Amino acid sequence: MAAGPYSEKVMDHFMNPRNVGEIEGADGVGEVGNPACGDMMRLYLKIDEGRVRDAKFRTFGCGAAIASSSMLTEMIKGKTVDEARAITNQQVAEALDGLPAVKIHCSVMAEQAVKSALDDYVKKNAG
Amino acid sequence: MRKAFFDHISTTPLDPRVFEAMRPYFLESYGNPSSHIHDQGQAALRAVDRARTGVAELIGAKAGEIVFTSGATESNNLAVLGAAEGAGGGKRHVVVSEVEHFSVMNALIPLRNAGYEVTVLPVDRNGVVDPDAVRRALRTDTALLSVMHANSEIGTIEPVGPIGRIAKEAGVAFHVDATASAGHIPLDVREIPADLVTLSAHNFYGPKGAGALYIREGTKLTPRTYGGFQEMGYRAGTENVPAVVGMGAAAVLAGREMGAWAGHLARLGRMLWDGLAAIPMLHHTGHPSERLPGHVSFWVEHVEGESLLLFLNMKGVMAASGSACSSNLRGHDEEDLVASPVLRAIGVPSDICTGSITFSLGWGNTAEEVRVALEALPDIVDRLRAMSPTYLDYQKRQAKGG
Repeated sequence: MAAGPYSEKVMDHFMNPRNVGEIEGADGVGEVGNPACGDMMRLYLKIDEGRVRDAKFRTFGCGAAIASSSMLTEMIKGKTVDEARAITNQQVAEALDGLPAVKIHCSVMAEQAVKSALDDYVKKNAG
Repeated sequence: MRKAFFDHISTTPLDPRVFEAMRPYFLESYGNPSSHIHDQGQAALRAVDRARTGVAELIGAKAGEIVFTSGATESNNLAVLGAAEGAGGGKRHVVVSEVEHFSVMNALIPLRNAGYEVTVLPVDRNGVVDPDAVRRALRTDTALLSVMHANSEIGTIEPVGPIGRIAKEAGVAFHVDATASAGHIPLDVREIPADLVTLSAHNFYGPKGAGALYIREGTKLTPRTYGGFQEMGYRAGTENVPAVVGMGAAAVLAGREMGAWAGHLARLGRMLWDGLAAIPMLHHTGHPSERLPGHVSFWVEHVEGESLLLFLNMKGVMAASGSACSSNLRGHDEEDLVASPVLRAIGVPSDICTGSITFSLGWGNTAEEVRVALEALPDIVDRLRAMSPTYLDYQKRQAKGG
């Protein structure tokens, strides 16, 4: 069901977001954005043997922000830490069949969230 | 699924009676009003003149004081730039309120570049301009004061009567942007000393692409378009005759019927306003009583505006947001994503600046439609809050703090 400026894929992930929630005792938590700028995403990762076993998110934001968050969690589950870190905002936007030009920053937020969560994971493991 | 349109502040449906009035001017009476030596041109000229009288009567003006334009943006540009330039006598100061439309605000850019000084008047938390602040802002070199009649985003009606009297005493041209209010609430230039008034046809059930600027006799104004002598020389170019005819017809109907509809709109607006009390942490915006009939605006803590509107649309309920996020979806880049200046002006905390929602009701809306909206909203709010990290933090703080 496409609506307004968004693709059907975006609307699907907006209306039925995958992996909403939090992970107790997550191995990495990333938070990016700011409600003052219109969106904020928090990403929780469960990592085991160098692989992302589970990912959950909470997002405050527009349709594109929620859809990007949802799509990102789908994309990183099962990936190695290095593969997850390599995911770009373009890949997230493409997986959603594109985003309006002014919403590209939402996919950037998703990319930054996974990097932030993996940084947290590295920090926790180093300590 | 039945669809309920609650976005009449962005545009209204064309009244079928207006459409019928316009119809002959597409195919039968296609003449150019400036070429009126023959019957075709005469018919067009007479139709434009009739429309001019119709629009004039809506605001208590004389027909010769109405200039047709392509819409509110052009009228606002003509008023602001034309009056600033036309004032002469070394007057190079302009005063506007903080909540004016972009077509007033952005018209200040070339004025500033040309060395004009601009004073921007603040508003209070209800979005009201203080007449005393106007008095303090006006100077001997002030060319123009511009304050809107009603704000589209938060519905507040400005005290243009007292403000206009202050401008008149000071000898400053006073422009009133009545785009959101004309045809909905009375505005009479015999009572309100406005020198320039912007009107937009599609905001009162007329066609898009038609607007007008009231120019009080004796107001000094330079044109923005140069060419022939149409519209008393203020607006060169062949008139959009069918649209002008539609604007005239819509003005006559609005003048006749707005009183009756205002009651209907106020009743439904009250029902919506009261029903929203069921949603916790929802805040109304704009003045509680001095507001457009059937205009209800609010923001909801921990809920982003566009997401709420997308879900509402799925339920067949079409409302709008003053938020940057949705209103600028067709902008060119992220630079366009700026927080609503109106919400900032009334002091809505910036961390929820994207959450503003506007329901603007129209003649065709019913109590049943309002019920559908009120039924849909709580679930949507719950759903979005359940997804929001800020709400999660809020709940944890509540649990800890008791």
